[in-house]
Amino acid sequence: MPLNTLNIALADDDEDDRTLFKEAMNEIKIKTKISLFNNGKELMDYLTLPNVILPEIVFLDLNMPIKNGMQCLHEIRNHPRLQDLLVAIYSTSSSEADIEETFVNGANIYINKPNSFGDLKQAIEKVLQLNWQYHTSALNKDNFLLRI
Amino acid sequence: MQLMRIYLKFDFNLICKTVLQEQLDALGMKYTIHGVGEIEFDRRPTLEEEQEMASLLGNYGIEIMDDQQMALVQRIKDSVTEWINDAENPKIYNFSTYLAEKLDYSYTYLSSVFSEATYSSIENFVILKKIDIAKSLILQNHLTLTEIAFKLNYSSVSHLSAQFKKTTGLTPSSFQKIILKRKERALNQK
Repeated sequence: MPLNTLNIALADDDEDDRTLFKEAMNEIKIKTKISLFNNGKELMDYLTLPNVILPEIVFLDLNMPIKNGMQCLHEIRNHPRLQDLLVAIYSTSSSEADIEETFVNGANIYINKPNSFGDLKQAIEKVLQLNWQYHTSALNKDNFLLRI
Repeated sequence: MQLMRIYLKFDFNLICKTVLQEQLDALGMKYTIHGVGEIEFDRRPTLEEEQEMASLLGNYGIEIMDDQQMALVQRIKDSVTEWINDAENPKIYNFSTYLAEKLDYSYTYLSSVFSEATYSSIENFVILKKIDIAKSLILQNHLTLTEIAFKLNYSSVSHLSAQFKKTTGLTPSSFQKIILKRKERALNQK
Protein backbone atom coordinates (compact mmCIF):
# COMPACT_ATOMS: atom_id res chain seq x y z
CA MET A 1 0.00 0.00 0.00
CA PRO A 2 1.98 3.00 -1.17
CA LEU A 3 1.34 6.42 0.27
CA ASN A 4 -1.34 7.73 -2.08
CA THR A 5 -3.49 10.51 -0.80
CA LEU A 6 -4.42 11.12 2.81
CA ASN A 7 -7.95 12.30 3.51
CA ILE A 8 -8.06 15.10 6.04
CA ALA A 9 -11.01 16.96 7.59
CA LEU A 10 -10.82 20.34 9.33
CA ALA A 11 -13.59 22.03 11.30
CA ASP A 12 -12.84 25.67 12.11
CA ASP A 13 -15.20 28.65 12.17
CA ASP A 14 -12.45 31.15 11.28
CA GLU A 15 -12.24 31.51 7.52
CA ASP A 16 -8.66 32.86 7.51
CA ASP A 17 -7.49 29.91 9.59
CA ARG A 18 -9.16 27.46 7.21
CA THR A 19 -7.52 29.10 4.21
CA LEU A 20 -4.07 29.13 5.82
CA PHE A 21 -4.43 25.51 6.83
CA LYS A 22 -5.39 24.49 3.32
CA GLU A 23 -2.48 26.42 1.80
CA ALA A 24 -0.04 24.81 4.23
CA MET A 25 -1.40 21.36 3.32
CA ASN A 26 -0.86 22.08 -0.36
CA GLU A 27 2.76 23.01 0.18
CA ILE A 28 3.94 19.88 1.93
CA LYS A 29 5.29 16.77 0.21
CA ILE A 30 2.63 14.34 1.39
CA LYS A 31 -0.40 14.39 -0.89
CA THR A 32 -3.66 15.20 0.87
CA LYS A 33 -7.27 15.80 0.06
CA ILE A 34 -8.85 18.15 2.55
CA SER A 35 -12.51 18.69 3.41
CA LEU A 36 -13.32 21.92 5.26
CA PHE A 37 -16.23 22.54 7.63
CA ASN A 38 -17.42 25.79 9.21
CA ASN A 39 -18.41 24.27 12.52
CA GLY A 40 -18.68 21.05 14.48
CA LYS A 41 -22.20 20.30 13.39
CA GLU A 42 -21.34 20.38 9.68
CA LEU A 43 -18.42 18.06 10.36
CA MET A 44 -20.43 15.55 12.39
CA ASP A 45 -23.26 15.56 9.85
CA TYR A 46 -20.70 14.69 7.19
CA LEU A 47 -18.88 11.99 9.20
CA THR A 48 -22.11 10.21 10.02
CA LEU A 49 -23.38 10.08 6.43
CA PRO A 50 -23.83 6.50 5.29
CA ASN A 51 -21.00 5.23 3.04
CA VAL A 52 -18.84 8.30 3.57
CA ILE A 53 -15.10 7.74 3.12
CA LEU A 54 -13.73 8.51 6.56
CA PRO A 55 -10.74 10.85 6.79
CA GLU A 56 -7.47 9.56 8.23
CA ILE A 57 -7.24 12.57 10.55
CA VAL A 58 -9.81 15.05 11.83
CA PHE A 59 -8.56 18.49 12.91
CA LEU A 60 -10.88 20.22 15.36
CA ASP A 61 -10.90 23.82 16.51
CA LEU A 62 -12.10 23.98 20.13
CA ASN A 63 -14.18 27.16 20.08
CA MET A 64 -16.83 26.96 17.40
CA PRO A 65 -20.48 28.02 17.31
CA ILE A 66 -23.35 25.48 17.22
CA LYS A 67 -21.17 22.51 18.13
CA ASN A 68 -17.71 22.99 19.63
CA GLY A 69 -14.62 20.85 19.28
CA MET A 70 -14.97 19.13 22.64
CA GLN A 71 -18.52 18.03 21.81
CA CYS A 72 -17.33 16.64 18.47
CA LEU A 73 -14.49 14.78 20.17
CA HIS A 74 -16.93 13.28 22.64
CA GLU A 75 -19.34 12.18 19.89
CA ILE A 76 -16.52 10.70 17.80
CA ARG A 77 -15.16 8.64 20.69
CA ASN A 78 -18.64 7.31 21.49
CA HIS A 79 -19.61 6.44 17.91
CA PRO A 80 -18.90 2.83 16.96
CA ARG A 81 -17.82 3.66 13.41
CA LEU A 82 -15.85 6.80 14.29
CA GLN A 83 -14.20 5.89 17.58
CA ASP A 84 -10.88 4.87 16.03
CA LEU A 85 -10.43 8.10 14.07
CA LEU A 86 -7.29 10.03 14.75
CA VAL A 87 -8.31 13.36 16.27
CA ALA A 88 -6.09 16.43 16.35
CA ILE A 89 -7.20 19.47 18.33
CA TYR A 90 -6.19 22.69 16.60
CA SER A 91 -6.67 25.59 18.95
CA THR A 92 -5.40 28.95 20.14
CA SER A 93 -5.81 27.94 23.77
CA SER A 94 -2.56 27.06 25.50
CA SER A 95 -4.10 26.50 28.92
CA GLU A 96 -2.63 23.36 30.48
CA ALA A 97 -6.06 22.41 31.84
CA ASP A 98 -7.65 22.59 28.36
CA ILE A 99 -4.86 20.55 26.84
CA GLU A 100 -5.02 17.82 29.48
CA GLU A 101 -8.80 17.71 29.28
CA THR A 102 -8.78 17.11 25.50
CA PHE A 103 -6.19 14.34 25.82
CA VAL A 104 -8.12 12.66 28.63
CA ASN A 105 -11.25 12.87 26.45
CA GLY A 106 -9.46 10.94 23.75
CA ALA A 107 -7.68 13.45 21.50
CA ASN A 108 -4.46 12.09 19.97
CA ILE A 109 -2.86 15.38 19.05
CA TYR A 110 -2.95 18.89 20.42
CA ILE A 111 -1.65 21.67 18.18
CA ASN A 112 -1.35 25.19 19.45
CA LYS A 113 -2.21 27.29 16.41
CA PRO A 114 1.25 28.43 15.28
CA ASN A 115 2.01 32.11 14.68
CA SER A 116 3.81 31.72 11.39
CA PHE A 117 2.98 29.94 8.16
CA GLY A 118 6.32 28.12 8.30
CA ASP A 119 5.60 26.73 11.76
CA LEU A 120 2.12 25.66 10.67
CA LYS A 121 3.55 23.78 7.71
CA GLN A 122 6.10 22.09 9.95
CA ALA A 123 3.46 21.09 12.49
CA ILE A 124 1.17 19.62 9.84
CA GLU A 125 4.03 17.75 8.25
CA LYS A 126 5.03 16.22 11.58
CA VAL A 127 1.46 15.13 12.25
CA LEU A 128 1.03 13.52 8.83
CA GLN A 129 4.35 11.67 8.99
CA LEU A 130 3.54 10.29 12.41
CA ASN A 131 0.04 9.39 11.35
CA TRP A 132 1.43 7.45 8.43
CA GLN A 133 3.83 5.52 10.66
CA TYR A 134 1.02 4.67 13.05
CA HIS A 135 -1.08 3.39 10.16
CA THR A 136 1.61 1.13 8.77
CA SER A 137 3.62 -0.03 11.78
CA ALA A 138 3.02 -2.10 14.85
CA LEU A 139 2.88 0.98 17.07
CA ASN A 140 0.32 1.19 19.83
CA LYS A 141 -2.36 3.65 18.71
CA ASP A 142 -3.92 3.81 22.19
CA ASN A 143 -0.77 5.52 23.41
CA PHE A 144 -0.53 7.99 20.54
CA LEU A 145 -0.32 11.41 22.16
CA LEU A 146 1.40 14.36 20.56
CA ARG A 147 1.57 17.95 21.63
CA ILE A 148 2.95 20.61 19.31
CA MET B 1 -19.39 -5.83 43.48
CA GLN B 2 -15.66 -6.42 43.59
CA LEU B 3 -13.95 -5.29 40.39
CA MET B 4 -11.00 -7.24 39.14
CA ARG B 5 -8.60 -6.40 36.36
CA ILE B 6 -6.09 -8.64 34.74
CA TYR B 7 -3.25 -7.42 32.57
CA LEU B 8 -2.14 -9.11 29.38
CA LYS B 9 1.16 -9.08 27.62
CA PHE B 10 1.24 -10.13 23.98
CA ASP B 11 3.93 -11.76 21.90
CA PHE B 12 2.92 -10.20 18.59
CA ASN B 13 5.46 -12.14 16.55
CA LEU B 14 4.17 -15.43 17.87
CA ILE B 15 0.54 -14.43 17.32
CA CYS B 16 1.23 -13.40 13.72
CA LYS B 17 3.23 -16.52 13.00
CA THR B 18 0.55 -18.80 14.43
CA VAL B 19 -2.19 -17.13 12.41
CA LEU B 20 -0.07 -17.34 9.25
CA GLN B 21 0.69 -21.02 9.79
CA GLU B 22 -2.96 -21.90 10.41
CA GLN B 23 -4.15 -20.08 7.30
CA LEU B 24 -1.34 -21.24 5.02
CA ASP B 25 -1.79 -24.85 6.13
CA ALA B 26 -5.43 -24.55 5.07
CA LEU B 27 -4.20 -23.56 1.62
CA GLY B 28 -2.22 -26.78 1.21
CA MET B 29 0.90 -25.32 -0.41
CA LYS B 30 4.47 -25.83 0.80
CA TYR B 31 5.85 -22.67 2.34
CA THR B 32 8.58 -21.21 4.51
CA ILE B 33 8.05 -18.15 6.71
CA HIS B 34 11.02 -15.75 6.60
CA GLY B 35 10.54 -13.35 9.48
CA VAL B 36 6.91 -12.45 9.81
CA GLY B 37 6.61 -10.25 6.75
CA GLU B 38 7.82 -12.60 4.05
CA ILE B 39 6.66 -16.02 2.89
CA GLU B 40 8.36 -18.20 0.31
CA PHE B 41 6.46 -20.85 -1.69
CA ASP B 42 7.98 -23.78 -3.55
CA ARG B 43 6.08 -22.78 -6.67
CA ARG B 44 4.13 -19.86 -8.04
CA PRO B 45 0.57 -19.80 -6.64
CA THR B 46 -2.22 -19.93 -9.21
CA LEU B 47 -4.54 -16.96 -9.50
CA GLU B 48 -7.26 -18.82 -7.55
CA GLU B 49 -4.78 -19.72 -4.82
CA GLU B 50 -3.63 -16.11 -4.60
CA GLN B 51 -7.20 -14.92 -4.25
CA GLU B 52 -7.99 -17.52 -1.62
CA MET B 53 -4.87 -16.57 0.30
CA ALA B 54 -5.77 -12.88 0.16
CA SER B 55 -9.23 -13.60 1.52
CA LEU B 56 -8.07 -16.02 4.26
CA LEU B 57 -5.41 -13.59 5.49
CA GLY B 58 -7.67 -10.60 4.97
CA ASN B 59 -9.90 -11.92 7.76
CA TYR B 60 -7.04 -11.19 10.14
CA GLY B 61 -6.21 -7.78 8.72
CA ILE B 62 -3.17 -9.20 6.91
CA GLU B 63 -2.65 -7.70 3.49
CA ILE B 64 -0.54 -9.12 0.65
CA MET B 65 1.75 -6.42 -0.65
CA ASP B 66 2.53 -6.37 -4.33
CA ASP B 67 5.03 -3.59 -4.17
CA GLN B 68 8.55 -4.82 -3.47
CA GLN B 69 9.67 -1.48 -2.09
CA MET B 70 6.88 -1.43 0.47
CA ALA B 71 7.77 -4.99 1.39
CA LEU B 72 11.35 -3.90 1.99
CA VAL B 73 10.16 -0.99 4.13
CA GLN B 74 8.18 -3.48 6.20
CA ARG B 75 11.26 -5.66 6.65
CA ILE B 76 13.27 -2.63 7.76
CA LYS B 77 10.60 -1.87 10.37
CA ASP B 78 10.57 -5.48 11.58
CA SER B 79 14.35 -5.42 11.90
CA VAL B 80 14.25 -2.16 13.85
CA THR B 81 11.81 -3.76 16.28
CA GLU B 82 13.93 -6.87 16.68
CA TRP B 83 17.06 -4.82 17.20
CA ILE B 84 15.49 -2.70 19.92
CA ASN B 85 13.98 -5.71 21.68
CA ASP B 86 17.28 -7.53 21.88
CA ALA B 87 19.17 -5.66 24.57
CA GLU B 88 22.50 -7.22 23.62
CA ASN B 89 22.55 -6.06 20.02
CA PRO B 90 23.40 -2.38 20.47
CA LYS B 91 26.52 -3.32 22.39
CA ILE B 92 27.88 -5.55 19.64
CA TYR B 93 26.72 -3.82 16.51
CA ASN B 94 26.10 -0.41 15.31
CA PHE B 95 22.61 -0.21 13.92
CA SER B 96 23.37 0.59 10.29
CA THR B 97 25.78 -2.37 10.07
CA TYR B 98 23.20 -4.65 11.65
CA LEU B 99 20.51 -3.60 9.19
CA ALA B 100 22.73 -3.79 6.12
CA GLU B 101 23.97 -7.28 7.04
CA LYS B 102 20.56 -8.58 7.95
CA LEU B 103 18.76 -7.38 4.84
CA ASP B 104 21.73 -7.66 2.50
CA TYR B 105 21.48 -4.17 1.02
CA SER B 106 23.68 -1.16 1.65
CA TYR B 107 22.46 1.15 4.39
CA THR B 108 22.41 4.06 1.94
CA TYR B 109 20.05 2.15 -0.34
CA LEU B 110 17.79 1.10 2.55
CA SER B 111 17.68 4.70 3.81
CA SER B 112 16.64 6.09 0.49
CA VAL B 113 13.92 3.46 -0.08
CA PHE B 114 12.59 4.08 3.42
CA SER B 115 12.53 7.88 3.12
CA GLU B 116 10.88 7.77 -0.26
CA ALA B 117 8.09 5.49 0.93
CA THR B 118 7.40 7.01 4.35
CA TYR B 119 8.55 10.67 4.07
CA SER B 120 10.52 9.98 7.21
CA SER B 121 13.93 8.49 8.00
CA ILE B 122 14.95 5.13 9.47
CA GLU B 123 16.58 7.01 12.36
CA ASN B 124 13.27 8.71 13.08
CA PHE B 125 11.48 5.39 13.04
CA VAL B 126 13.99 3.93 15.51
CA ILE B 127 13.25 6.81 17.90
CA LEU B 128 9.50 6.44 17.39
CA LYS B 129 9.67 2.72 18.10
CA LYS B 130 11.84 3.16 21.19
CA ILE B 131 9.48 5.80 22.58
CA ASP B 132 6.53 3.53 21.80
CA ILE B 133 8.09 0.76 23.87
CA ALA B 134 8.99 3.25 26.60
CA LYS B 135 5.30 4.29 26.74
CA SER B 136 4.15 0.70 27.27
CA LEU B 137 6.78 0.15 29.95
CA ILE B 138 5.84 3.39 31.72
CA LEU B 139 2.19 2.30 31.77
CA GLN B 140 3.01 -1.19 33.04
CA ASN B 141 4.56 0.56 36.01
CA HIS B 142 6.96 -2.28 36.87
CA LEU B 143 10.14 -0.41 35.99
CA THR B 144 11.43 2.99 37.02
CA LEU B 145 12.26 5.47 34.28
CA THR B 146 15.95 4.88 34.97
CA GLU B 147 15.50 1.16 34.42
CA ILE B 148 13.54 1.81 31.22
CA ALA B 149 16.32 4.10 29.96
CA PHE B 150 18.85 1.36 30.62
CA LYS B 151 16.72 -1.32 28.99
CA LEU B 152 16.31 0.74 25.83
CA ASN B 153 20.00 1.58 25.75
CA TYR B 154 19.81 5.30 26.48
CA SER B 155 22.98 6.75 27.97
CA SER B 156 20.99 8.29 30.83
CA VAL B 157 17.48 8.85 32.12
CA SER B 158 17.68 12.50 31.09
CA HIS B 159 18.47 11.46 27.53
CA LEU B 160 15.32 9.31 27.48
CA SER B 161 13.21 12.08 29.04
CA ALA B 162 14.48 14.62 26.52
CA GLN B 163 13.78 12.33 23.56
CA PHE B 164 10.36 11.48 24.96
CA LYS B 165 9.51 15.16 25.27
CA LYS B 166 10.82 15.94 21.81
CA THR B 167 8.86 13.08 20.19
CA THR B 168 5.54 13.46 22.00
CA GLY B 169 5.59 17.05 23.28
CA LEU B 170 4.87 15.66 26.76
CA THR B 171 7.01 14.63 29.70
CA PRO B 172 6.89 10.92 30.65
CA SER B 173 5.01 11.78 33.85
CA SER B 174 2.32 13.91 32.18
CA PHE B 175 1.90 11.19 29.56
CA GLN B 176 1.34 8.64 32.31
CA LYS B 177 -1.07 10.91 34.15
CA ILE B 178 -3.19 11.50 31.03
CA ILE B 179 -3.50 7.82 30.10
CA LEU B 180 -4.36 6.83 33.67
CA LYS B 181 -7.06 9.50 33.86
CA ARG B 182 -8.40 8.39 30.49
CA LYS B 183 -8.68 4.80 31.68
CA GLU B 184 -10.34 5.83 34.92
CA ARG B 185 -12.90 7.86 33.02
CA ALA B 186 -13.63 5.02 30.60
CA LEU B 187 -14.13 2.70 33.56
CA ASN B 188 -16.48 5.11 35.29
CA GLN B 189 -18.62 5.44 32.20
CA LYS B 190 -19.30 1.73 32.06
